[in-house]
Amino acid sequence: MVPPRPPIKERPMQRHWIHAWLLLTPAFVFLLAFTHIPALTTLWQSFRTTPRGRRPSRWAGLENYQELISDPIFWKVLGNNIWFAIGTIPTSILIALVMALWVSERLPGRGFVRMAYFTPTVLPMIAVANIWLFFYTPGFGLFDQITGFFGFGQSNVLGSPKTALVGVMVVTIWKEAGFFMIFYLAALQTIPPSLIEAARIEGAGPWTIFRRVTFPLLMPTTLFIGVNAVVNAFRMIDHIFVLTGGGPDNASSLLLYYIYETAFRFWDTSYAASLTVVLLALLALLALGQFFFLDRKVHYK
Amino acid sequence: MTRALNITGAWMLALIWVLPLAYAIWTAFHPAAYEARFDLFAPVTFENFAKAWEAAPFARYFLNTFVLVTVILIGQFILCTLAAYAFARYRFPGRDVLFALVLVQLLVMPDILIVENYKSIRYLGLVDTIAAIALPYIASGFGIFLLRQTFLSVPKELEEAAQIEGMSSLGIMLKVYVPLALPTYLAYGLVSVSHHWNNFLWPLIITNSVETRPVTVGLQIFASIDSGVEWSVINAATLMTSGPLLIAFLLFQRQFVQSFMRAGIK
Amino acid sequence: MISKLKAAAAAMALAASPAMAVDLEFYFPVAVGGAAANTIEDLTAEYVAANPDVNIEAIYAGSYQDTVAKALTAARGGNAPQLSVILSVDMYTLYDEDLIHAFDDFATTDEDKAWLKSFYPAFMENSMIDGKTYGIPFQRSTPVLYYNKEALAEAGLNRAPETWDEMKEWAAKLTKKDDSGNVTQWGVRIPSSGFPYWLFQGLTTSNGATLVSEGGTKTNFDDPKVVEALEYLVSLSKDGVMAPGIIEWGATPKAFFEGQTAMMWTSTGNLTNVRKNAPFEFGVAMLPAKVSRGAPTGGGNFYLFKGGSDEETKAAFDFIKWISQPTQAAKWSIATGYVAPSPATWDSDVMKAYVADFPPALVARDQLEFATAELSTYENQRVTRIFNDALHAAITGEKSAAEALAEAQAKADDVLKDYR
Repeated sequence: MVPPRPPIKERPMQRHWIHAWLLLTPAFVFLLAFTHIPALTTLWQSFRTTPRGRRPSRWAGLENYQELISDPIFWKVLGNNIWFAIGTIPTSILIALVMALWVSERLPGRGFVRMAYFTPTVLPMIAVANIWLFFYTPGFGLFDQITGFFGFGQSNVLGSPKTALVGVMVVTIWKEAGFFMIFYLAALQTIPPSLIEAARIEGAGPWTIFRRVTFPLLMPTTLFIGVNAVVNAFRMIDHIFVLTGGGPDNASSLLLYYIYETAFRFWDTSYAASLTVVLLALLALLALGQFFFLDRKVHYK
Repeated sequence: MTRALNITGAWMLALIWVLPLAYAIWTAFHPAAYEARFDLFAPVTFENFAKAWEAAPFARYFLNTFVLVTVILIGQFILCTLAAYAFARYRFPGRDVLFALVLVQLLVMPDILIVENYKSIRYLGLVDTIAAIALPYIASGFGIFLLRQTFLSVPKELEEAAQIEGMSSLGIMLKVYVPLALPTYLAYGLVSVSHHWNNFLWPLIITNSVETRPVTVGLQIFASIDSGVEWSVINAATLMTSGPLLIAFLLFQRQFVQSFMRAGIK
Repeated sequence: MISKLKAAAAAMALAASPAMAVDLEFYFPVAVGGAAANTIEDLTAEYVAANPDVNIEAIYAGSYQDTVAKALTAARGGNAPQLSVILSVDMYTLYDEDLIHAFDDFATTDEDKAWLKSFYPAFMENSMIDGKTYGIPFQRSTPVLYYNKEALAEAGLNRAPETWDEMKEWAAKLTKKDDSGNVTQWGVRIPSSGFPYWLFQGLTTSNGATLVSEGGTKTNFDDPKVVEALEYLVSLSKDGVMAPGIIEWGATPKAFFEGQTAMMWTSTGNLTNVRKNAPFEFGVAMLPAKVSRGAPTGGGNFYLFKGGSDEETKAAFDFIKWISQPTQAAKWSIATGYVAPSPATWDSDVMKAYVADFPPALVARDQLEFATAELSTYENQRVTRIFNDALHAAITGEKSAAEALAEAQAKADDVLKDYR
């Protein structure tokens, strides 16, 4: 993109400052009200108790955090969320890359193929999960119909703690890969064909070209997608509602889903606040990592 | 050889990818008795759609969603344009700090702050209103960022010419910058509409009634009846709720994909 | 529908009396699908037509879980509905949040007081706190055993199993495998997704255990009788007569219709559904006995919410009284399969005719004699969640029954100690 140029309006100083601030005011009222201030009050609430019936809220110090450290469900959902991220992010990025490479080639029926890859992205997650719930149904769901055709027995993907999270991950990958493909497609279009041509003239095979030319040029896109995917892994829980409700025994529950349950089913808002603080801290770590270890240009361009 | 492999691979993956949706569509158009056993010659029926449509007020849900995405889109366009213009064309104290605050929202989305945002909405007395669903999303860090990048790429000469003609700052924004950024608006608009059409968690928390519930929440409530579920009817409802977006996508596939790409590369 | 109702009511109100009409909001969950929602709306319309000074907006609020969440949310926001049907087990939670009225405060006449005593005692266990009535049974159910008569006949059986041992033995006979050893028909199906504790109470009650004591402040999850019940449940899957893992509640009737299972446990609220859709002759029986017969009650009560004006609350009280009268209750019971909550309803002519035509409807009523209250404590959602997690852990083989239940008891104690 174009590097920032010196802004035109340098004078008169005071007046255009006020202009700028006025222009920013409406957006910042909403940004502060629904993002920054709630983030701070979450921190404050996490040090207090939940008001209940006739018992008002009081200062609790670190009680909520002590409860959190000794809460096995918290550690379980945190672990689940990390596995969920590890399980979905590299896979969907890899699939997205393969999809993009295929679709950017001349391919018979390219329109259909691209549509097939991208369609899941357009559907609401809640609808996607309903469709998949039906496929996973033991005995007569699509999976068991297909595997039964080949002589396998019934499966109970969502009903077993060993596979429930995997079942949820598959749905996530199915929905997200096509979305990430789009970013790769866009990036592929910006690679000058002359570069590839030059490499080919020098005798490089397709794999070498990909490894030495295409992939390095796609690196910024990969990082961008990666950050996006991590945020999504902690934010997207719609499918948990439909597929498993976090079960069996919290085997497929994720951090935000646990926050939802704690706050809106158990009405323990202070404990939910301390859980939210953990989530915010994780995202802050991510932001710092991005800031220190990755090239800033990659993201802000 | 490699090419043949590629083509086969690409098609295999496409078929696997399209299979779940295709089967959902198939069951939705056939009687419930066939949902558990595929039969190419099963009779086609629209009854599942009729049943789903009757069983829950989907028409109202659609209206709610439509109002919701429209309100959000208009709000986002206005607020993000003003803010992006300030960031792109003014130099003022606090600019970098404020811009950093905008970028924070790319990571810390309102979706995560459900507990405190719920309290704020209750404080405002707006629980169970469409406005309440929209408010946290009206100012979008992503939108501000995207438009700022676009505005930065507008040639300086155009603005100078407009200044010579005596246009005001706001006039320049509306007559010079906004028209040049139209493709970005389209791209951002499509991303925003599809995002908020599909949003679920926040509306689930903040709505209580038929009059405010968007389709996603309506679908979930419809599908979670405690007695035996009829998959064909639920699949029909599922397709209905995603139908408008799906049809729009199939009709304007090229524009859609390009919009997402445009939103992506920035 | 609702707006039409309101318009009609408004028109009538204008015509009939110039007095201000009372507007009521009424949340209801429909756990049994869309047709039942229409019955509620029809009943509401009938009442509004007869009482032009009252407008009732009946709001379908989704599943039981959704409805209680919505009602709590609305109440905390200061706009509670005046009345709502909510799970009987959420009574302590609503009481603790100080959201509901006792019906006794409004039952002024002798007739009203008699009405409060007109329901089956089994249902009132979950409807009273300290001798006061906080819930009026309405959408009440109890789990029963449904069996596929044709499948049983094929295995040489001509009645439903009556004891735990019999059920397991018969389930083994009813489990069919194909040539490659894959099961094509399971013997029995006890769904365990979502709220496994409810059907599990069918086992604990028949084993003579009581899950909750001391007015909802003490659980007995680690009682050896409870452990034994859980071991029995786990053994059904372990011994290959029930599908392994967590079994989906929603897909259970479908699995029964498809012949995936020869017997199933589910709510009487499914009776009408099964009657309409089972492609074979089926039977309904009480849950099998261990030391005695036994089952939980379940389903929803009417609650009267605080926050409305006196006039509104009185109108809501009158409506609840009206809808629980035999004529209305019979209509509702026949449309859904829910158990009519009062003996008088079963004695009504409509109900007698229905039962004569469809005797399985009686099973649930007869089982009430052995029924106990559904698990209900303070902080009910959290405590039942602890219990459900323990059941899941045992069913999926992550923990032994004793271990899972001991842990659950410790956690529940931790939550409930503040309320003792």
